[in-house]
Amino acid sequence: MTVLRPTHDLHRRRFSRNLGVGLTLAFFVAVIFGLTVVKVSRGDPMQAFNHVVRPEMEKAAAEASK
Amino acid sequence: MADLPLSAAREYEPTFGDYVALLKPRVMSLVVFTALAGLLCAPVPVHPFVGFAAVLFIAVGAGAAGALNMWWDADIDAVMRRTSGRPIPSGRVEPGEALAIGVGLAGLSVVMLALATNVFAGAFLAFTIFFYAVVYTMWLKRWTPQNIVIGGAAGAFPPMIGWAAATGSVSVAPVLMFALIFVWTPPHFWSLALFMRSDYDDAGVPMLTVTHGRRTTRRHILAYALALVPVALGLALSPVGGPATLTVALAMNLWFVRGALRIVRRDEAAAEADRYAVEKAFFRFSLYYLFAHFLALLVDAALRAGGLA
Repeated sequence: MTVLRPTHDLHRRRFSRNLGVGLTLAFFVAVIFGLTVVKVSRGDPMQAFNHVVRPEMEKAAAEASK
Repeated sequence: MADLPLSAAREYEPTFGDYVALLKPRVMSLVVFTALAGLLCAPVPVHPFVGFAAVLFIAVGAGAAGALNMWWDADIDAVMRRTSGRPIPSGRVEPGEALAIGVGLAGLSVVMLALATNVFAGAFLAFTIFFYAVVYTMWLKRWTPQNIVIGGAAGAFPPMIGWAAATGSVSVAPVLMFALIFVWTPPHFWSLALFMRSDYDDAGVPMLTVTHGRRTTRRHILAYALALVPVALGLALSPVGGPATLTVALAMNLWFVRGALRIVRRDEAAAEADRYAVEKAFFRFSLYYLFAHFLALLVDAALRAGGLA
């Protein structure tokens, strides 16, 4: 049988810390998600040079250098 | 998983608030404000969410630098009355935890700022954290009475980082914003050192008040207050300035120089007689001084955006 133990001050502190860290991490995830949405919807570059010939990027680079 | 028995726990388990205190929230609020001013005054518009993220990560970077400062300075913080209640000297947070939080958040903030905005801004934030934690905290603070002067640069970088986050470069205007905070920092801290009488002496920190005496400190406050005038006026006349900044610069600098003159005319006997009332008032006013200048820059940016200036 489980005996209920009274909540110690230590438990309260630990809970406050765990809750704070948890909420901070959730907030961080939300920020990353928000940044992703903004960057994708704005059409920021999704691909870069990686030693593979990509004609569409060559064209963009040529226009940028004009 | 079994619970950790109470007997195995530490004497004091830190709360989340203790960790937040490591990041020096009051300093962070100033960083947020000046970085926001730098970001919004820049001629390149930033998406609101990207701007929010940029200011957030600059603030986290500043907090990380604060945690590293508290980790390194725990010994002198314990001696000084003003800082003895900080999380490490009061035993609420272990030094190793502060170091881990400082290093972890520093890396996270730099990488995230670079990803959210541009690599130049991220590198600038990394340099600022390095400057505050290593150059100022570990090297200058205990070595030279010019610690505040050179170390002030670390606190002056945020508007430049904000600008860099928006534009990917820096120009004259953000350098003037930097210069305003840089020249403002010494008289701000020296007025504090004047009325926090024995703190720095006890801790052995070579503040100007300890190494060169209070008379010299008073003269230095006046010199920097005078040097601040052309910087503030230059900022007001720069492309980011405008009628609001010029008005604030004229009024606040007049008041600031007047306060510095009152400080330089007093001796210790007069200061002790009224419990450093003039020095305390000057210190308080210096906070409003900086706040008003950056608020005015934001007002002028809004006027320009609205086509009114």
